[in-house]
Amino acid sequence: MPTLAHPRPAIHARGLRRAYRGRGGEVEAVSGLDLVVDGGAIFGLLGPNGAGKTTVMRMLATLLPPTGGEAEVAGADLRREPGTVRRRIGYVGQKCGSDHSISGREELVFQGLLYGLSRARAERRAEELLVAFDLTHCASRRTETYSGGQRRRLDVALGLVHQPSLLFLDEPTTGLDPQSRAHLWKEVRKLRDQGTTVFLTTHYLDEADALCDRLAIIDRGHTAAQGTPDELKRNVSGDGVIVRVRENPQLALRTLADLPFVRESALDGDTIRLYVDRGEEAAPHLLGELRTAGLELITLSISRPTLDDVFLHYTGRSLRDVAA
Amino acid sequence: MRALRDVQIVFARYFRRSVTSPLLVGVSLVQPILYLLLFAPLLTSVSGLSRVAGTGTYQWFVPGLMIQIALFSISSGGWSLISELRTGVLERMWVTPVSRVGLLLGRILRDAATLLVQAVIIVALALPLGLVAKLPGLLLAFALVALLALLVGAVSYAGALRIRSEDTFGALVFAATLPLLLLSGILLPIRLAPAWLQRLADLNPLLYAVGAERALFDGNVTSVAVARGFLVVAGLAIVASGLAVREFRRAMI
Repeated sequence: MPTLAHPRPAIHARGLRRAYRGRGGEVEAVSGLDLVVDGGAIFGLLGPNGAGKTTVMRMLATLLPPTGGEAEVAGADLRREPGTVRRRIGYVGQKCGSDHSISGREELVFQGLLYGLSRARAERRAEELLVAFDLTHCASRRTETYSGGQRRRLDVALGLVHQPSLLFLDEPTTGLDPQSRAHLWKEVRKLRDQGTTVFLTTHYLDEADALCDRLAIIDRGHTAAQGTPDELKRNVSGDGVIVRVRENPQLALRTLADLPFVRESALDGDTIRLYVDRGEEAAPHLLGELRTAGLELITLSISRPTLDDVFLHYTGRSLRDVAA
Repeated sequence: MRALRDVQIVFARYFRRSVTSPLLVGVSLVQPILYLLLFAPLLTSVSGLSRVAGTGTYQWFVPGLMIQIALFSISSGGWSLISELRTGVLERMWVTPVSRVGLLLGRILRDAATLLVQAVIIVALALPLGLVAKLPGLLLAFALVALLALLVGAVSYAGALRIRSEDTFGALVFAATLPLLLLSGILLPIRLAPAWLQRLADLNPLLYAVGAERALFDGNVTSVAVARGFLVVAGLAIVASGLAVREFRRAMI
C-alpha cells in the first residue's frame, strides 16, 4: 500500500533459525523462517502456543541471537547493526514491562531517557503519550494500581516513546477483557494509519482476521503460508455457496456444476453445495443461470472459509484444538 | 559520553526507588547493628583476643563489619535482577539502545551508594562505643568498601543472569557468603586458627580487604596491608566487571 513511503520492506528475514540445546540434543524452535513484512501495515504472526512466534519476534527485536539465517529489520542488518535496529524499533513484550512501584509517568520519562531523549523532551513525550493512551488520570499512581487494560496501554506507550517506524507487539491482547481489547485494536489501527508498521503475534483467529492486513501462519518453527487474510482463505477452498430451489434440485445441480468458476459441487438432500472462487461475484451468475433454466430459488447463502480452515489446510490441525 | 550518561540515568532510577522505600535501607541495617550490639561485646571477654588484635574490641571489629555488610547486602543484588527478568522490566530496557555497561554500572553504583549510607551509620554508632577513626584513613576505608561493592555486585549480577531462578540464586548466595565470612577473620582473628585453616583463609580475597580496612581505621594509610587489600579487591573487581558486562551484552535467552 504505501510503497513510496517505505521503499524497502520493514522486515526481510531469510532462513532465520534458532536452536536450543535441550536435554535430548538440539531442539529447533525456529527452523528456516522466511518473512517479508511491508512497511505501513499491520502484520500478524498467527500460530498456536509453542509454534515459535515469540522466538521469532525476540530474534527480530535483537533480544535473541539467531543461530542461522539473516534479517534486515527497519533497514538495518540484524546481526551487524543491532544498535541501529534498537533505535528504530519499539518492542512490547508479552510480560508487563513496567515496574509496579513506579508511576506510569516516571516510567515513560525513564524510557525516553533510555532512548537518548533529553529530560525535557522525554517529559513532553510522556505527556503526549499519556493523553494519546488515555492514561492521564492515573499517570501519577504506581503502576501496581492499574487495571489490565491500563497496564497494557502503558506497555504500548512505552514502546512508542522514540516514535519508532516499526513496532513489535507480542500477544498484545492476551488476558484483556473484550472492551480493552477493542480499545487496543483501535490504537493499533491508528498507529498503522499514521505510517507505523506493526508486527504482532497472536493465537486469536478473530484478532488475526480483523486487525491484520497481512498474515504469516507459523507452525512448528516455520511459515506455513503468507498473505492477506482474504487471500489465504480464498487459496484454501474458495467460498462456499448453499442453494435451495423449489423443485428439481438435480437439474439445478447439473445447471450450476459445469460453470467455469465452480470448483466443486455436491447435492446434500435437497440442498446444493458449491465451492466457488469468489462468492460475491458468483452469486449473480448463479441466479441468472437458475432463472434461465426456469428454476425457482428459495435461498442462496455464501459462507466464507475461516482462518481456522486455512490453518487446518496448511498444518493438518485446527488452531482451536491446539490452542485449547 | 553515552555510557556515562546511561550509568547516570540508570543510577538515578534505582537510587530514587531506594530513597522512596527507606524501610528497605533500614531493614538491611538491622543485621550489622545486631552484630555491633549483641556480638561485639562478647569479643571483649574472649581470652587472648585483645593480645592478638592489639587494639580495643570495636577498633578491631568495626572495620571487619564494613566488609561484612558489603558482602551481605551487595551479594543479594542479583535477586532484584532476576525479578526484573521475570516481570519483563529488564527485557524492556534491553531492547532500547541503552549501553549495557550503563545498565550494569548504574545498578552497582546505586548498591554502593546505599551501602555507604549504611557504613556511615555503623561508624557513627560505633564512635561512642570506643571506635577511633581519622579522616584520611576513614575516607580510604569507605573507598575500599565501595570498590568491594563493585566486585561483589558484578559477581552477583553476572551470576543472577546465569542462574535466572530466585530460589537457586538465594541458596547459592548463602552457600558462597558463609564460608567467605568464616574465612575472612571478621568475627575472630584468623591468627587464632590452626595452620590448615589459615592456609585456606589465605585464599579468601576478603581476608586482605579486612586487613586493609583495619589498617585504614588505625590510620596506617601507607601500610603494606592497605596496598595489598586495594590491589586484590581492585584487580578482582576489574575482572568481575568485565565478566558481568560480557554477560549483560550477550542477548537474553
